Amino acid sequence: MDTSSDSVKVGFVNSLSGTMAISEQTVHDSLQLAAEQINDSGGVLGKQLDVVSEDGASEPTVFAEKAGKLISDDCVAAVFGGWTSSSRKAMLPVVEGANSLLFYPVQYEGLEASDNIFYTGATTNQQIVPALDYLAEQGTESLFLVGSDYVFPRTANKIIKQYAKAHDIEIAGEQYAPLGHTDFSTISNKVKAAGADAVFNTLNGDSNVAFFKEYRNSGLTADDMPVMSVSIAEEEVDGIGLRNLEGQLTAWNYYQTVDTPENEKFVEAFRSEYGDDRVTSDPMEAAYTSLYLWKEMVEKAESFATDDVREAAGGVTFDAPEGTVTVNGDNQHIAKTSRVGAVGDDGLIHTVWDSGEPIEPDPFLESYDWAEGLSAG
Amino acid sequence: MTPIVRRHGATLAGFAAVAVALFAVAPSVLSTFRLSLLGQFVCFAMVAVGIGLAWGRGGMLTLGQGVYFGLGAYVMAMHMKLDDAGPGGVPDFMQLYGNGEVPLWWEPFRSPVITLVAVAAIPAAVAFVLGWAIFRRGVRGAYFAILSQALAAAFAILLIGQQATTGGTNGLNGFRSFFGYDLFDPVNKRMLFFIASGALLLMLLAAWQLYRSRYGELLVAVRDQEQRVRFLGYDPALVKTVAYVIAAVMAGIGGALFVPIAGIVSPDDVGVVPSIGFLIGVAIGGRATLFGPALGALIVAWAETSLSESFPSMWTYFQGVLFVVVVAFLPRGFASVSALWRRRPTPATEPAPQRQEATV
Amino acid sequence: MDALFAQLFAGLSLGSVLLLAALGLALTFGQMGVINMAHGEFMMAGAYTAFVVQSVVGDAGLSLFVSLPAGFLVGGALGVLLEATLLRRMYHRPLDTLLVTWGVALILQQLARDIFGAPNVEVRAPGWLSGNVDLGLLQVSSARLFIIVLSVAAVVGLGVLLKTSPLGRRIRGTVQSRDLAETVGVSTRATDRMTFFIGSGLAGVAGVALTLLGSTGPTLGTNYIVDAFLVVVAGGIGQIKGCVIAAFGLGTLQAAFEYSTTASLAKVAVLVVVVVFLQARPQGIFSVKTRSLV
Repeated sequence: MDTSSDSVKVGFVNSLSGTMAISEQTVHDSLQLAAEQINDSGGVLGKQLDVVSEDGASEPTVFAEKAGKLISDDCVAAVFGGWTSSSRKAMLPVVEGANSLLFYPVQYEGLEASDNIFYTGATTNQQIVPALDYLAEQGTESLFLVGSDYVFPRTANKIIKQYAKAHDIEIAGEQYAPLGHTDFSTISNKVKAAGADAVFNTLNGDSNVAFFKEYRNSGLTADDMPVMSVSIAEEEVDGIGLRNLEGQLTAWNYYQTVDTPENEKFVEAFRSEYGDDRVTSDPMEAAYTSLYLWKEMVEKAESFATDDVREAAGGVTFDAPEGTVTVNGDNQHIAKTSRVGAVGDDGLIHTVWDSGEPIEPDPFLESYDWAEGLSAG
Repeated sequence: MTPIVRRHGATLAGFAAVAVALFAVAPSVLSTFRLSLLGQFVCFAMVAVGIGLAWGRGGMLTLGQGVYFGLGAYVMAMHMKLDDAGPGGVPDFMQLYGNGEVPLWWEPFRSPVITLVAVAAIPAAVAFVLGWAIFRRGVRGAYFAILSQALAAAFAILLIGQQATTGGTNGLNGFRSFFGYDLFDPVNKRMLFFIASGALLLMLLAAWQLYRSRYGELLVAVRDQEQRVRFLGYDPALVKTVAYVIAAVMAGIGGALFVPIAGIVSPDDVGVVPSIGFLIGVAIGGRATLFGPALGALIVAWAETSLSESFPSMWTYFQGVLFVVVVAFLPRGFASVSALWRRRPTPATEPAPQRQEATV
Repeated sequence: MDALFAQLFAGLSLGSVLLLAALGLALTFGQMGVINMAHGEFMMAGAYTAFVVQSVVGDAGLSLFVSLPAGFLVGGALGVLLEATLLRRMYHRPLDTLLVTWGVALILQQLARDIFGAPNVEVRAPGWLSGNVDLGLLQVSSARLFIIVLSVAAVVGLGVLLKTSPLGRRIRGTVQSRDLAETVGVSTRATDRMTFFIGSGLAGVAGVALTLLGSTGPTLGTNYIVDAFLVVVAGGIGQIKGCVIAAFGLGTLQAAFEYSTTASLAKVAVLVVVVVFLQARPQGIFSVKTRSLV
């Protein structure tokens, strides 16, 4: 890495084409916003950030290639981005091999803690577990699990099933649809027939649209069988259709409606940059925060070198739009406040419950008795 | 001049040029990172040589080469995962997502010998069963193309669905060594590039000999007039199956070498879209030429990487326009441009009318 | 018992979606041997037409009925454009049309992304289509019922057109023997263009209908194209009834497999069934007797 000049390179890798572009473009936008703000306020250690952007093209292989390019060819100080678990898994050996840093901004399935990755989205005990606690508190006695057929839903459901076993919640069914699946009549038939108290939804992308339309058409409502989703944010509400979503639940750490002064500034800055019709969502906020966290770490370390930054990371805090977040030096995740929200008639998501204080990250769920033996290793 | 040089001067010069470019020029001008990127493209080029044989010479538009590429790649990836885990060890992802045990069908790939054989044998076997069944019943033209595409779709869905044993959408990655050699060592990376380049050259040589042989003539004859070949007493199904199997083996080897170079294989590398992606390079280079498919594949892959670095969304337009312009207006690819330039009739490699084929 | 009827209906409904998607393909593929990979993107164009119409008209019910013919025209216009600029010069090499139209599909997808943005857009279903109806034995989604009716109407309409109208006669004549049709004075070129218009128009209608069920986004078409081609291949070319049987057959099969296993395995199983079926009947369920050698 070249730190002799008055600027320092950072790499963004997001899918700007392909199926994931819908989501990742928004993360890219908020990373750009953070970079501009940091540059306007004097940069990092007095150096301006020189952003190099790459397109991950929604394919893990391309993510691995582009991360390699950013690190070896552009000599960036750190890489920011990735969305799907597969893109993170693909970049992991690359950043580890080159001893570089990746800041990954999306909630994920846990069970990972690389020395070369900082996880600024929620791990399972900051999203899925609180969501389950909330449902249990509401008197949910049976759950139906619907998910896309890939890593996150499968792992999430494994955790949910184990939780359910320990908390006397019945799993009324478990269904997976191939990614991009658009016919949910059979799955919706099964959901209806099972008659559970609630549905836990880990579907991804387009499938949500078809699922919620089918769900509503088959006469199911948020009142009699609420759906708790962990992959639907403000961005998706429009495409799914507000009428199909109103009243349904989501679990995240951040909503556009979160009431903090930092969030007010963030939303305003984002809108003045990209337009008033744009909304902000959890992964966008986590990406925005990730760049600032890296800045704090570098300034605490007074160095851009990977080992120094990692050394300095533990305990670094930032007043993020979601509230104050703190880096956990052991597993390189961050302590975040957990929030359950309901989709309101304004198309935004409103907090109905929050954890009150930041929850320490526990990617392997080691502090939960019921989660023992979760990963066979 | 010896007769072989006189008769095949241009071809031999072509081989020499490819060899010099891959073994001398590329390693001296490219960084380690760019060189291993080129190594990945060389693996795509191997698939392209096979497609040139099956499609360009044999008239079989195969939209499912990703399957064979994937079979070779996953076999190699399974071996490398097991190898990294050590004797009796369990690959990391199986501990996370599976029951912590290695499934039975993985076990054979602990052996390096079985793996090396399987890289070619499994694609060959699948292609043989499928090809023989399809061609024997006279399914061809568009029917074959659509079935092969459906096959690619099914293969990708199957891989994604079996997360505990195939890694699902994550695919297989995070390899540390290749038959005992450390993959992070630049010297070994360079070695891998040379191995891939050598394999590509061998495949080109094999294709050249095949094209010159009696079988090569027969294959073209089947493409152009299947009925006449049948009336002459040959079995067109067998002729086509052989070409299809060879193409599958080439794709399998390409896939197997892709894995240690790229460090990953995932269902996104084997499904419908990448399978069609393999074709564009072949079309551009000239599907029925010897060097065209491989060169075309290299050029397209290189263009994709550099264009998508600067203009992500432009690349999609560019790729679309390439397909349209090349296939509609330059059916023989760049070969037709150079033929115009040389102002002489092209050799007998022109794709023949296929009207009857598609209407069966 | 309820579950059985519910699944039967799910199969029927999936079949009707497949039928709508495949009907136009069967027509163009059957007549001209053109493998139009952009058919899915014509569907996408139909879906976006519904979106545009709705933002102009406002009322969801009225806009649906405006969208259906508008989608037909948009799809048809795109089809004619494609035929006139590219495919016209490629009839002697139909396999290549597959690649050219794939390129067109890529361009159309990116265009949609640049015009309407990458995120999905919402097309509202009219109130009377966003609930369910009681059929006595079971409650079914009214949107799905509507699509079944629509697909039946499309088949009947197309059937009547082919059987009774002069254009239909010309189309059938061209399918059976292009040379002979030309000899008796049929302009096969004009017939081809009309066929392409109708076939692509049907794709547009399918796209409008699909907004009732799923997402309206740039990749809408890619989700259906492989399945639609399988229907055409399994049904045999040149006849509508093969297409109808194949669509409902595959739809029911998929629904049945899906109920007993998973959606992923069901998709794979359906593909395997088609491959095996083609072993038995390489030309599909039905095929028109043509005068070609094979």
